[in-house]
Amino acid sequence: MPVITLREALNEALHLEMARDPRVIVLGEDVSGGAGGTSGQRDAAGGIFGVTKGLIHKFGDGRVIDTPISESCIIGAANGAALAGLRPVAELMFADFVGVAMDQIFNQAAKFRYMFGGKARTPLVIRMSFGAGMNCAAQHSQTIYPFMTAVPGLKVVVPSNPYDAKGLLLTAIRDDDPVVFFEHKALYSRKGEVPDGDYMIPFGEAALVREGEHATIVALGRMVPFAEKALEKLNAEGITCDLIDPRTTSPLDEETILESVSNTGRLVVVDESPPRCSVASDIAAIVAQKGFRDLKAPIQIVTAPHTPVPFARELERAYVPGPAQIEAAVRKVLADG
Amino acid sequence: MQLNRDALLQAYRRMRTIREFEERLHIENRTGEIAGFTHLYAGQEAVAVGVCEHLTDKDWIASTHRGHGHCIAKGCDVGGMMKEIYGRADGLCKGKGGSMHIADLDKGMLGANAIVGGGPPIAVGAAIAAKLAGEGHVAVSFTGDGGSNQGTVLEALNMAAVLKVPKIFVFENNGYSEHTGAAYALAGQDLGRRVEGFGIPVFRADGFDFFSVYEAMRQALEVSRTGGGPAAVYATCTRYFGHFEGDPQNYRAKGEVEKFREESDCLKGFRARVTDAGLIDAATLDAIDAEVLAEIDAATIAAKSAAPPTAADVLTDVYISY
Ligand SMILES: Cc1ncc(C[n+]2csc(CCOP(=O)(O)OP(=O)(O)O)c2C)c(N)n1
Ligand SMILES: [Mg+2]
Repeated sequence: MPVITLREALNEALHLEMARDPRVIVLGEDVSGGAGGTSGQRDAAGGIFGVTKGLIHKFGDGRVIDTPISESCIIGAANGAALAGLRPVAELMFADFVGVAMDQIFNQAAKFRYMFGGKARTPLVIRMSFGAGMNCAAQHSQTIYPFMTAVPGLKVVVPSNPYDAKGLLLTAIRDDDPVVFFEHKALYSRKGEVPDGDYMIPFGEAALVREGEHATIVALGRMVPFAEKALEKLNAEGITCDLIDPRTTSPLDEETILESVSNTGRLVVVDESPPRCSVASDIAAIVAQKGFRDLKAPIQIVTAPHTPVPFARELERAYVPGPAQIEAAVRKVLADG
Repeated sequence: MQLNRDALLQAYRRMRTIREFEERLHIENRTGEIAGFTHLYAGQEAVAVGVCEHLTDKDWIASTHRGHGHCIAKGCDVGGMMKEIYGRADGLCKGKGGSMHIADLDKGMLGANAIVGGGPPIAVGAAIAAKLAGEGHVAVSFTGDGGSNQGTVLEALNMAAVLKVPKIFVFENNGYSEHTGAAYALAGQDLGRRVEGFGIPVFRADGFDFFSVYEAMRQALEVSRTGGGPAAVYATCTRYFGHFEGDPQNYRAKGEVEKFREESDCLKGFRARVTDAGLIDAATLDAIDAEVLAEIDAATIAAKSAAPPTAADVLTDVYISY
């Protein structure tokens, strides 16, 4: 099987789906780039992270649309295009820019189907990079997916590897509801085996990344490879864990998590977000509510601190949860019961 | 235009400081020591300085992601800025903000801003405060051609006009927003006419020419400092480097920047103007160049060896910890 990066996997999914379905359009700032430039070269960017590279040459500027800096209207236009029968994939570049487009995401897109009595479909994907790790500071490094997960009417995808990224993006574009698709910027170059053709990964089905007996670790996005790292060390001492990657936070595969906890009796949830109202605290609450009797020890959550994301390398390193904190949390649940 | 010798020398020094600061960062960026995104302002110095030479610490400015020039022009400490960009504990923002978030409230500098279009509404608020204080101070926002397409900027234009606040919108059209040309993304092309549509007087300037910007800003202030509400300065210019450091600039014709550097450079233009007029001799300007070079060199060396923040600093400056 070909080994490609997460960036390339997403790019493949976009190429495949635009070729298969003429209703799919891509829009955002610099998704191609070079329009109005003096070199005359289009695709000068191909997306700031290179995810939409080459699309304009295959599908033209009618379907691959460079927009002005107007996030509110990018999402609004994607909403309207979706209601009118297209299947837009809008790019917000950085998840933090959700702040500018919030109304169109959570008052508009998320509400249409329900509010219009089930008559409207909004087959919309909003892609964005997220997360810390590149010293992009407070306004370019946040996770944002907890806010989105809290909104009824949105589906939320957070892939951790190239294989999942491709299959989940194909599912997202074919889904009839608005999907917010989070791409960790520190994972774009992560490599993995990815089949050439078309395949879908259903939403609401977690991946069991590792199997073990002493504890359950639930991790998202970049926290998945970090948890794998922590496990390497723990495994050497004979401590094994289930490592579950939910892949989508809405819908959430509660069943896989609860079943694992019923076997291990211990839970560690890892989330790059600040702790309050995070996906970590949400999953911890679900397990406390529905799996309380299976727990041998208090649940541990491993999260970023309750602060904005700092700039300096030393600060950001201290901010982002890493393998060491995950390892410590596993030891803690083992020590506690 | 009444600019005495000292004012001219100060303007030149400020522009030169911005230029050296940015040229140095461009070089230092290759060492890999500087983290995150750095957007350089070189080429546009005449705009920041032409605007800010009219302002005091009691006037406010709201800047952009390309903020170093605005900061220096507003009087932020160059050593503290350099340390901030290097992420040091005694940087202007303790290493918490970095290049895109340099701020110094004591200097009336409301912050660089990594959200395009974030600044103008904030400056409307500062202008409300200035109006209530009634001391004739103003608030200024800087916005690029790209940023001018953001809804927040249009909202700020309208609200400032409705509230008749002492707010000056400075638009810097450098031809590009990231990898996209203003020729494509800026509907109507003449941003000035767009602003005039809000009933706001627009003073156009050649952004390569300090004197042109200085004069436009003088006229804008004549409106805003005397209770006439908002005004705008619209300057056309170019940036000498990529959008951010590391940008391959595929969208730009080869030789474009070299031509601007050769034919339109604001520092060269300033020098020619004041020496030709016999106001200042070349040797005096050369001496400033040398002093600035030494200052930037010292700031860079100091920043490189300054102590970084520690992990415990992550939890300071928040009002609560969980
Ligand atoms: C809300 C928001 N959208 C997009 C970006 C990404 N971005 C940063 S700078 C920039 C271009 C800005 O162009 P312009 O306003 O002309 O300023 P210039 O870079 O030319 O100084 C873009 C799209 C951002 N930082 N914030
Ligand atoms: Mg610009």
